[in-house]
Order: sequence, then C-alpha cells, then structure tokens
Amino acid sequence: MPVEHTHTHPVNFDPTATEPDPHAAATHAGRAFRLGIGGPVGSGKTALVAALCRALGGQVELAVVTNDIYTTEDADFLRGAGVLDATRIEAVQTGCCPHTAIRDDISANLDAVEHLEQHHPGLELIIVESGGDNLTAVFSRGLVDAQIFVVDVAGGDKVPRKGGPGVTTADLLVINKIDLAEQVRADLGVMVTDAHRMRGELPVITQSLVRTPDAPEVAAWVRDRLAAQPA
Amino acid sequence: MHAAALMLADSRFPGGGHAHSGGLEEAVARGLVHSESDLAPFLAGRLRTAGELAAVFAGAAAHAGRRDAGVDHWRLLDAELDARTPSPAQRTASRAQGRGTLRAVSHLVLDTLAAATPRPHHPIAVGAVVGASEGAPADAALTVAYLAVSGPASAAVRLLGLDPFAVNALVMRLIPVMHTVAEYAVRHAGTDPADLPAPAAVGLDLLAEAHDRHSQKEVRLFAS
Repeated sequence: MPVEHTHTHPVNFDPTATEPDPHAAATHAGRAFRLGIGGPVGSGKTALVAALCRALGGQVELAVVTNDIYTTEDADFLRGAGVLDATRIEAVQTGCCPHTAIRDDISANLDAVEHLEQHHPGLELIIVESGGDNLTAVFSRGLVDAQIFVVDVAGGDKVPRKGGPGVTTADLLVINKIDLAEQVRADLGVMVTDAHRMRGELPVITQSLVRTPDAPEVAAWVRDRLAAQPA
Repeated sequence: MHAAALMLADSRFPGGGHAHSGGLEEAVARGLVHSESDLAPFLAGRLRTAGELAAVFAGAAAHAGRRDAGVDHWRLLDAELDARTPSPAQRTASRAQGRGTLRAVSHLVLDTLAAATPRPHHPIAVGAVVGASEGAPADAALTVAYLAVSGPASAAVRLLGLDPFAVNALVMRLIPVMHTVAEYAVRHAGTDPADLPAPAAVGLDLLAEAHDRHSQKEVRLFAS
C-alpha cells in the first residue's frame, strides 16, 4: 500500500529538474582561481581563451593549461597569438581521452596547474582548456573552481536542446560565432530559449569574437568570479 | 590478491596512467606495431624487461612499506631505480605516475615516502601503497607486471582501432608470465636496494626518448 508523501526534502530529487548546483566548489585561499573551458571540437574554446588573455592579461596574473588531443596545437596557437608569455602555457597529453583528463583522472592536469603555480608565484587565474569533446564532458570539481561550456551556432541549433552535463550544469554557457547564424541557418532565438530552459537560472552569453574580439561579457563574468573569491 | 592492489591495477584508478602508452605510441608511429600479431611480442618483451624491473622495485617497496621504512630507505630505493632507468623520458613518465598515485591515495607511510621524494617512481609508489595496506610484495609485483602490459594494450586499441577482444586475449595469454615475473620479484623483495636486479630494454629506452622528442615537434597523443 503506497504511503502518502507528506514531508519535504531539502534538495529536489527530481532528476529532470534544472537548478544551480547548491554546493559551492571548495575554495582554496592563497592559490589561483581555476577556470575550466570545455565544449565540442571547433566551437571556439581556444579563441575564447586567447580573447580572455587579451582582455584580462593586463590586470590579472594568469596562465593557461591546454588539453587538445593534438596536444601542442592550442599551445602553439596561443604562443603565436602573442597574448601570453610562453612560460605561462602548459600542454597536457590526454592519451586519446580528453574527457578522462578533465574528469575521471585529473592528475596530469593538476601536475600542470601546480607546475605553473610553482614557476609563477602570485598567479590569480589559471584557465584549463579541455580538448574538444562531446556534450557529456565536464570538468571535475577537483580540478577547477568554475567552468564555462562553449558551443557554437555552426554546430547546429539543436545543441542546447540536446543538453548533457556540459550544457545543463556549466557555470556559464557561451553560444559562440553568432555572426554565422544566418549563413548556417541556425535559429539563435531557439538556441537561447532552449539554453535557458535546460539551464534554469544559470547564465548564458551569446557572442561573436569577430564582432567583439576581446569577449567583453565573458571577461566581465570571469572578473566577477575572481572578485567573489576570498583573498 | 590484496584489494589495494586491485584498486591500483584498475584502469579507473585516477593516478594518471591513462595517458601513458609505455612506448607503444612511438612504436606505432614508426610502423613497428600495426596489428594484433605485432602487438603480442611488444607486450611480451615489455613484460620481461620494463615489467620485470618495475615488479622488482614494487616488491621491494611493498616489503619496505610493511615494515614502515624510514626516509633514508625510500630515498635509496628511489635512487636505485633511477640508476636502472637510463632514459630521462622514462624517468619523467614513471615519476609523473608515481606522483599521481600518491595524489590519489593518502596514508602515513606514504607521507614518509613523499618526504623522501615528492615524485617517486611509479613502482615504488605502488609498492608503498600495497605495503602500507599490509598487502604482500607479491601483490605489488603482480600489479605493476600487469600494468606493464595493460597500459600499452589499451593504448593499442585507442591508437590502432584493434579489436579489444583480440587484444584482451593477448593480455590473458601473458598471465602465466606475469606470475613468473612477480615470483622472481618476490625472491628479491628483502634484498639491499643496491643489489636488486637490473633487467633492461634498450629498445624501450630509445622509443621513450624518440617519443619525447617527437611530442615537442609533431602530434603525440600520449605522455609516453
């Protein structure tokens, strides 16, 4: 005989409900804030990292760890872009499994993060860029304090609707390359509506690095996160 | 088999092993391995050389871990394995995984090891974890003997798209040899570190060095 459900739960047990993660990532005063940037191949993760380096590099002590499956490709891109001193970029090899290196077995990335911290005392921000992966790839909270998931209009306007932990749980979702929406016949309005529906209260930013090369909105979001850190 | 050893041998153990191919990626890049039939002798050779060296030091480290050896002994053991690892690239790969193992496990015995060397060689970290958990040298030796084969075997599936069942059959065929290697290691577990055996594979040393050079110039997906 079914028992009547009269009490309430402090957390929502409905697995389909979207809501902000009630658990704050553990903060570690005295070390750099660790920001993960993930998303599918070609969505513009490295371009966003370069933009953030340009936007924040003058005010914030920062460094970057790249995880491209072609490991030196992104590091070379960043070095070539001249946005960051070469010693502030570390590349990590992921054994053909970029999601494993940011989620299940984060030791190589932690090694790289600690290497940067040792060689650049006073770092305030370390960006860990994942290799391009699928919609299920998210960063472990053991590796990063916050994460951005980057998708783009050219990847298809159904991507936000498909969901997956990257779209639904990342601290910030960036819909990139919006200047291409018309050419690829992507409905940006549908993408944004779907994104908000999938993410509840979590923020969504649309951007085009062609129109705003320094990613001002994302940079402002990162600044806010840094300001919220305990000193 | 001690459960601590099972944990360390599990490919899901988060100690950084997934990004290491044990020279297999370089062998593939050079066309030395491109099918299950080439993989078999690569794995067998690796087990009897690098695998045996790792087993000897894992067994000795488990022996040391069980009796809660001091900082000096751990330092000596680590230095003796360094002396038996001529390739700097292999030393780096081994120390990265040793550090990863310490990161993933916490225990008082491991604090002593970390005080001796914060980035110990992988077989020593594995042996220390097993010994600290009161596992036997045989458990530690068998674990690293198995890992000497399972890591490259998994890398071969990922790099060459080999049939995972065929590759697993190759690993299974080597099980009696893994036990032989572990038994050999156990006989030396209590030996003075300086007198431990020094099996070597010059080919694997050269592949590790070549991999390291190529990873700086062209695409390499694994850390070793």
